[in-house]
Amino acid sequence: MSVSVKNYVRERFLPHIWCPGCGHGIVMNNMIRAIAELGLNKNDLVMVTGIGCSARISGYMDFHTLHTIHGRALAFATGVKLSRPELTLIVPMGDGDALAIGGNHFIHAARRNIDITAIIMNNNIYGMTGGQFSPLSGYGKKATTAPFGNIDEAFDIAALAKAAGASFVARTTTYHVAALKKTIKEAITHKGFSVVEVMSQCPTYFGRKNKIGGAVDMLNFYKDNTVPIGSPKKTENPALIETGVFVNEERPEYCAEYEKIVQKAQKTK
Amino acid sequence: MKKDKKILFLQGNEVCVEAALYAGLDFYAGYPITPSTEIAELLALRLPQKGGKFIQMEDEIASMCAIIGASLTGHKSMTATSGPGFSLKQEAIGYAIMAEVPCVVVNVQRGGPSTGLPTKVSQGDVMQARWGTHGDHSIIAMTASNHQDLFSVTVEAFNLAETYRTPVILLFDEIVGHMRERLVIPEPGEIPLLERLHTSVKEGTDYHPYLPREDGRLPMSDFGGVHRYNVTGLVHNMWGFPSDQPGIAHGLIHHLYDKIENNVNAINRMKEYYLDDAECVLISYGSSARSALQEVENRRALGERLGLLELQTLWPFPAKAVRERCEKAKNILVVEMNMGQILQEVKKAVHHPDKVFLVNRIDGTFISPEDIRNVYRLIQGKGV
Repeated sequence: MSVSVKNYVRERFLPHIWCPGCGHGIVMNNMIRAIAELGLNKNDLVMVTGIGCSARISGYMDFHTLHTIHGRALAFATGVKLSRPELTLIVPMGDGDALAIGGNHFIHAARRNIDITAIIMNNNIYGMTGGQFSPLSGYGKKATTAPFGNIDEAFDIAALAKAAGASFVARTTTYHVAALKKTIKEAITHKGFSVVEVMSQCPTYFGRKNKIGGAVDMLNFYKDNTVPIGSPKKTENPALIETGVFVNEERPEYCAEYEKIVQKAQKTK
Repeated sequence: MKKDKKILFLQGNEVCVEAALYAGLDFYAGYPITPSTEIAELLALRLPQKGGKFIQMEDEIASMCAIIGASLTGHKSMTATSGPGFSLKQEAIGYAIMAEVPCVVVNVQRGGPSTGLPTKVSQGDVMQARWGTHGDHSIIAMTASNHQDLFSVTVEAFNLAETYRTPVILLFDEIVGHMRERLVIPEPGEIPLLERLHTSVKEGTDYHPYLPREDGRLPMSDFGGVHRYNVTGLVHNMWGFPSDQPGIAHGLIHHLYDKIENNVNAINRMKEYYLDDAECVLISYGSSARSALQEVENRRALGERLGLLELQTLWPFPAKAVRERCEKAKNILVVEMNMGQILQEVKKAVHHPDKVFLVNRIDGTFISPEDIRNVYRLIQGKGV
């Protein structure tokens, strides 16, 4: 299907702020294609973001867009969704936004299984502030606040989301663009809290600090170091990162459950 | 025959709920905290009965964020808390100020700082209501001393939030929140309700969500409607797009400030008792004003000319009205349960700040008429 990406972008708002080689444009492109292929009406879509490089995505998109404060995008999105459950909520977040300052909101949105699609654009670093380590940088990595190497272990986003109760959990990368688009489509279609981790390169800070190379080298890193879930290669080399859909379950969704509460309450009035 | 009025015997927190529902509240998000919890408990029961939404969020911050999100879809939204929770909400309150999102935030004050005195009364958050969030801004904060006023002030808070597109703080205190008193529920329509001003711009025509009309008001378009626009906490232009142009920043900060500070008289609510011939004017608010009124009446019975100015609008501070009411006074006593937060505003407002004295309590005990009498006698040189 041929998609006119321009139909979904606010040209008035461009150019974007992302560095050359940044993975976030690839995520945005595939998010648009996923939304277009699903045939969603732009008036029914609300995109909520927090703070950081990734959070700027909302301004560029021609939906109802809410660019909020650091870490709280899911809390704002919960208010929008519960007040108007018929709207489709997409919440792109960075790794620091979603899992450091916003970690509590992330696990609780997952626990409620509220019908929101959380897309974590994981570039393993705080880019907007200039390259400090994030909860996804990982042990031994270099950052401006870890000049001798990071001693913080990283979260496993998929395992965390699953344990917290998300009913759709997937991981993909900016190298795997076909899977990226397909996964975002599945996540939006899924009724419940959906988490898509997209490994997205930051050549400016994470790549340079950790001597991984430029954007192309980082994309090749994603190609060479990921395997589909369940691949025997993972047993041979546990350092490989699994991609694919980890969880896809039908479970009671929060707004639908709330409707049942309204029915009960109105009987007792 | 005129229908009998509905009369209830309620806690202040319950009155706040009745008033919020009267005003059209249909979205509440909150987190349990003493002494405001009854508001959440009662709304958990009442909101679903009218098809409204109640959600207990994971924390105070999330509660504030959720009501902002819900307001943007066109719903009248509220949260309630006390000191520690009010501290946590401040960043998101600043967001609502910057993005101009109407909402109501109740703070049933308890003793602070920090965990302080969770079950005891205080009025220590007056300045936090004004300056709790960072950056230059203005704010509306209101209070009440009795349940009938608490009802009308709460309805007024929703009206002001819609009129000025701003968060409005209801700064109650533990005594008013937990005290039981008679309330006559107003008939529907008895207190006018202001509904949201929606844009008349049609679909397909460029809508400027942040371009004020001549009267300073900004008609809104609900999320989910035909106008798709950006809302941000960054300095923004008329489309809601981020901008760092000095002219845009200057104009926006002035707009946020002026829309409230230029309407002090329209926003102000106050009550006056025995002020016409008062030689000593007491200025008080919230539960403290009950003791102040009692002491004024005690002294009046003895022929002493005391009067009371009870403030219901604390912010924007009604400096001109306070100055006028104090012009003939020989002495002014500010009665409050903090270290003198409104005292300083009164001193700034009046012609003779050396005539302004503080009567306060900061120990979690309700300020009494005796406390006021003691200070009154001291400044008269009579000893306690």
